[in-house]
Amino acid sequence: MQVKEDINEIRPIEKDEFLSEIICLKMDAWRLVQICAVRIEDGFELSYTFCKEYRMVTLRLITKEQEEVSSITQIYPCAFMQENEMKELFGVPVRELAPDYHEKLYRIDRETPFKEKG
Amino acid sequence: MGKISKSPWLLHYDASSCNGCDIEVLDCLTPKYDIERFGIINTGDPFQADILLITGGVNSQTEAVVRQLYGQMPEPKVVVAVGICACTGGVFKECYNIKGGVDTVIPVDVYVPGCAARPESIIDGVIRALAILDQKREQLKKKKAPGRA
Amino acid sequence: MAKRSIVPFGPQHPVLPEPVHLDLVLEDETVVGAIPSIGFIHRGLEKLVEKKDFKQYVYIAERVCGICSCGHGMGYCESVERVMGIEIPRRAEYLRTIWVEMSRVHSHLLWLGLLADAMGFESLFMECWRLREKILDMFDRTTGGRIIFSVNCVGGVLKDMDGAMLRAIRETVDQMEQELEPIMTTFIKDYSVQLRLRGLGILSREQAILQGAVGPMLRGSGVEYDTRMLGYAAYGDLDMEPIVGTDGDAYARCEVRAREIVQSFNLIREAIDKIPQGPISVPVKGNPQGEYFMRIEQPRGEAIYYTKGNGTKFLDRFRLRTPTTSNIPPMVEMLKGCQLGDVPLLILTIDPCISCTER
Repeated sequence: MQVKEDINEIRPIEKDEFLSEIICLKMDAWRLVQICAVRIEDGFELSYTFCKEYRMVTLRLITKEQEEVSSITQIYPCAFMQENEMKELFGVPVRELAPDYHEKLYRIDRETPFKEKG
Repeated sequence: MGKISKSPWLLHYDASSCNGCDIEVLDCLTPKYDIERFGIINTGDPFQADILLITGGVNSQTEAVVRQLYGQMPEPKVVVAVGICACTGGVFKECYNIKGGVDTVIPVDVYVPGCAARPESIIDGVIRALAILDQKREQLKKKKAPGRA
Repeated sequence: MAKRSIVPFGPQHPVLPEPVHLDLVLEDETVVGAIPSIGFIHRGLEKLVEKKDFKQYVYIAERVCGICSCGHGMGYCESVERVMGIEIPRRAEYLRTIWVEMSRVHSHLLWLGLLADAMGFESLFMECWRLREKILDMFDRTTGGRIIFSVNCVGGVLKDMDGAMLRAIRETVDQMEQELEPIMTTFIKDYSVQLRLRGLGILSREQAILQGAVGPMLRGSGVEYDTRMLGYAAYGDLDMEPIVGTDGDAYARCEVRAREIVQSFNLIREAIDKIPQGPISVPVKGNPQGEYFMRIEQPRGEAIYYTKGNGTKFLDRFRLRTPTTSNIPPMVEMLKGCQLGDVPLLILTIDPCISCTER
């Protein structure tokens, strides 16, 4: 069998070119694979992964704790599940999320459990 | 055996299980294990059910649902907790969104341990629950007509 | 003018063993919108990496979902092994492949049975589940567990199969293939099944990509994408091509899954023929440091395992993006325009696994 290449390409990206980069990916028919947030010292590390055929690219955005992030649901509507999850579990402030569940996706008792360790 | 325990109706609810015990509960209905030979029918309607089979630990979301399902079932009724998560919380006990076993919310009559509980033990648990169902029925009769029983 | 109404669907619903809730917006009998709401079985398993060390966490990863348990364990182990740069023995990779392919057969038969049940074809449901028992018996014989059988560990597998066991698996597979044939014929050629499934819930190729569908949903819409082609575990040595449907309707998804069962049989046979001798695990030293996105083809589609280690025995972050998380948005898209009576069947065609989705 012909084995396709599996490369973990992680591309750091600045906030002002973030949305335009995602629009470019959409025009090129990339598929949204996943959105992941990681808590780092004074903020969050957000990874947006896209796939086209067997290629996979991850855009890496570093944000401050209270800094708002634009939602990509205007471009990729299917991002709503994972962005709502990120907002509810990590407390990442996501702007213009549609549909916004207002921290009621999982409806858990604890607020933003992933924000602090322990 | 009383009338109910010859043909009990069973209600299954997944409180927060990983699916493992659920498919084993469904497995009991299929040709190899065939729980229907005991006259047991799986129903989706709590108002008609005699046995409540719960898999998985309880969280604050499912707590209200479990309570409601239990409340809707007519007396006498028995509760079977299937799988170690339903008994104590199991491997998920330390999770922030798990309260613990089913018995933190409603009274449980039979505990079926295992991860995932095997169909044989689920059937055994249900059969044990039938005996308890009979006892409860007798008690209910006595309560209703204290002079005659 | 058509009257708008909202019908709640779930969480406790007879067709689905798992709780999921949908608010269906109807115009007369036609669905015009659906709002999914989940959270009934959210446990917060990703957070447990802070309490369990990276070797213990395999057992948690396997309990994310009871159906694709072996696959989740393998995906987690592979991602940790890649972060740590461990190369596991070839025999362990082959053993993992055999178990994971057996899991795929069991998962697809389970789904085909549920589909038959949703169509009201009770005897076909029983037939599928009867056949599935054979795979579960093989799990029982090889590992001692029927559903959750922890065989994966970081650095290899915990149990070996001897020659007699491998031959027994081969015989079971041959026998199952024969017994599967009438079932396959019913699903693919039966008139009433076709009448029920053809043209239902069409998802176009463009929509499937835009909405981020994965697995049989994506392949049913004509996109050739199967992460097994990346050649992780032993797939690099085995002969396979992604199975692709054309129409993107419920029938195409059913056909893709049915044909994948036969493909898995072939993969199991080939793996048994080619399996090398040798050790089944390597000792693991040190702690993971670094990050990796691992892609694995689960029965329900591509799953992403993201591991980030910080040099201690507790991982910084483990993220699991399961196939159903990606398949819910296309499902909502697909529901628009269908009849209320078709909703349970259409929800079933994405093969939902809610406990995966919520973790």
